[in-house]
Amino acid sequence: MAEVTKLIHKYLRHDKKFPHVWCPGCGNGIFLGALIRAIDRTGFEKDEIVIVSGIGCSGRISVYVDFNTLHTTHGRALTFATGVKLANPKLQVIVIMGDGDATAIGGNHFIHAARRNLNLTAIVVNNSIYGMTGGQYSPTTPYGALATTALYGNIEHAFSIAELAAMAGASMVARGTVYHATLLDELIERAILKRGFSVVEVISHCHTQYGRRNRMGGPVDMLRWQKESAVKVEKTQSMTEEELRGKFTIGVLVDRDLPFYTQEYSKVRDAAKTMLAKAG
Amino acid sequence: MVTAKSRGRQLLLQGNEAIVEGALAAGCRFFAGYPITPATEISEVMSQRLPAAGGTFIQMEDEIASLGAVVGASLAGAKAMTATSGPGFSLMQENLGFACVTEVPCVIVNVMRGGPSTGLPTSVSQGDVMQSRWGTHGDHPVIVLAVSTTQDCFDITVKAFNLSEKYRTPVIILSDEVVAHTREKIYLPHPGEIEVLDRIRPNTPPEWYIPYEDNSRGVPPMGIFGDGYRYHVTGLIHDLRGFPTQRPDEIVPFMNRLFRKINQHFYDIQIVEEESTADADVIVIAYGSVSRSARRSVREARSRGIKAGLVQLITLWPFPRQILEPLLRRVRAVLVPELNMGQVSREVKRINQGVTRIETLNRIDGNLITPNEILVRLVKL
Repeated sequence: MAEVTKLIHKYLRHDKKFPHVWCPGCGNGIFLGALIRAIDRTGFEKDEIVIVSGIGCSGRISVYVDFNTLHTTHGRALTFATGVKLANPKLQVIVIMGDGDATAIGGNHFIHAARRNLNLTAIVVNNSIYGMTGGQYSPTTPYGALATTALYGNIEHAFSIAELAAMAGASMVARGTVYHATLLDELIERAILKRGFSVVEVISHCHTQYGRRNRMGGPVDMLRWQKESAVKVEKTQSMTEEELRGKFTIGVLVDRDLPFYTQEYSKVRDAAKTMLAKAG
Repeated sequence: MVTAKSRGRQLLLQGNEAIVEGALAAGCRFFAGYPITPATEISEVMSQRLPAAGGTFIQMEDEIASLGAVVGASLAGAKAMTATSGPGFSLMQENLGFACVTEVPCVIVNVMRGGPSTGLPTSVSQGDVMQSRWGTHGDHPVIVLAVSTTQDCFDITVKAFNLSEKYRTPVIILSDEVVAHTREKIYLPHPGEIEVLDRIRPNTPPEWYIPYEDNSRGVPPMGIFGDGYRYHVTGLIHDLRGFPTQRPDEIVPFMNRLFRKINQHFYDIQIVEEESTADADVIVIAYGSVSRSARRSVREARSRGIKAGLVQLITLWPFPRQILEPLLRRVRAVLVPELNMGQVSREVKRINQGVTRIETLNRIDGNLITPNEILVRLVKL
């Protein structure tokens, strides 16, 4: 059996009624492949992994994979993940969200999960649009872009998900694209193994709702755009500001060791027990 | 309820503290909350007590997140609780519906204060009776219990955890500002004397486990994340395996089972306490702090020769219709005093169907209804 077939056989649910909900050419399929390859490389058992997802196209990933899976309410995936992780810190919790999910309705939960530095992995699949509801602008839709709720051009400015996560206190922040699939495997693997809150922003494409309306072409054209616009973080040092205009960086952007929540909470438990013993 | 025999440690506690004691005795080991008057003491005492008990307390960024974390913790195997008041309870409605449809046991305490909106933060109210039943969108069953004393706060909290575990459903405890902050004597039973129930876990081989398969109880065994029974949990309407469905032949049995698992066990779930109702001509139906005033007025009325009785509702939802209907047919008149514009009285009138005269006594100024106010009305009934 080819390696890819083995992974599909091992990690996708056999009893789930396919086909999936995604459009042909969607970036979510490539991301799903990267996710199971990365999890396979970490060596965790399927029982040890919990996939928590939000609402939207990317949120549907949880139903297809054979782990403990939790498909939550819109924007709230990180709050459920917080409870799962704290109730059983041995579980490896991976949270999958979309851009609207993580930074609009779930924006507050996102920055607070990063600030707490919970030992879990948050993956934000960023296609710059609300795809499932039909193409409304999201907090990552570029200025001037067209959407069904921005017919005259978007007048809001986009969040940088990676910078938001870094400023809020995440231990590790990375950015990849679905075009650079091999790099994406590595980034997700590293994020899962990282102790502390790790964020991977996955630049993806929605040719159905975003590409078509903004004349960016089909999936192949949009993947080509990712290839041409992404610059590896190692290369950016030798590039001028002029050369970097209109580009985005990919790779590990932040990696630092900070005390994480469950570590800190065990100190709280020790202090509480000591105080209780003193009180007799 | 605590009998004289089982009386254990005697303490002076406020209602909020007694809720924490009850939760810990019932096995609660996870609490997530957000500060709000008049429920804050529950968070404070939990933050002090849980870590020493090997549990986890976390203060979340809002009440939406609090209930999200509670549901997540319960799925990972912990008995979990949150506590809030009106504005926070409104925020929780979204994830309350999620807990209903995914059948995740958890306990939500709502210490009622005056509303609507920011309302009267430090004043007593019973304005959330209907919100606790219908607050989240869509048809759903829910269990709601009301507490009236510090002792209740302990006993009913234990009961709430037991019902939530037994029926895999969120259970809401409606307390109020007066119950929460009244300090009074309480007997904490010895741990061995408290009935503690845990959710039924699957015992089939994992590959045979069908997470939402119906059975005679209507409550499927619950797998815990990490225990080998990998399954899918979703707020979408799902089939027996937990996968989203839009097929009418899968939606209807699922929704019917959700209701049946609560309705068919009404004798276990519907709790009321009666006093002097056996020969009563007139009865007072009350709950929460108001039932304390009502008890006093019923006793006073009896001493004046009025055949008065009290029905104290502990279970508000599902509404204890089976218990109340025969009483309504027997008595001459009923008084329903409550701290709102008439939420439980509306339900009493609905099941009464015009058989008996139902009168209401409503107070919405942030103060408790006094025994004398009820007595004056009882005399005239």
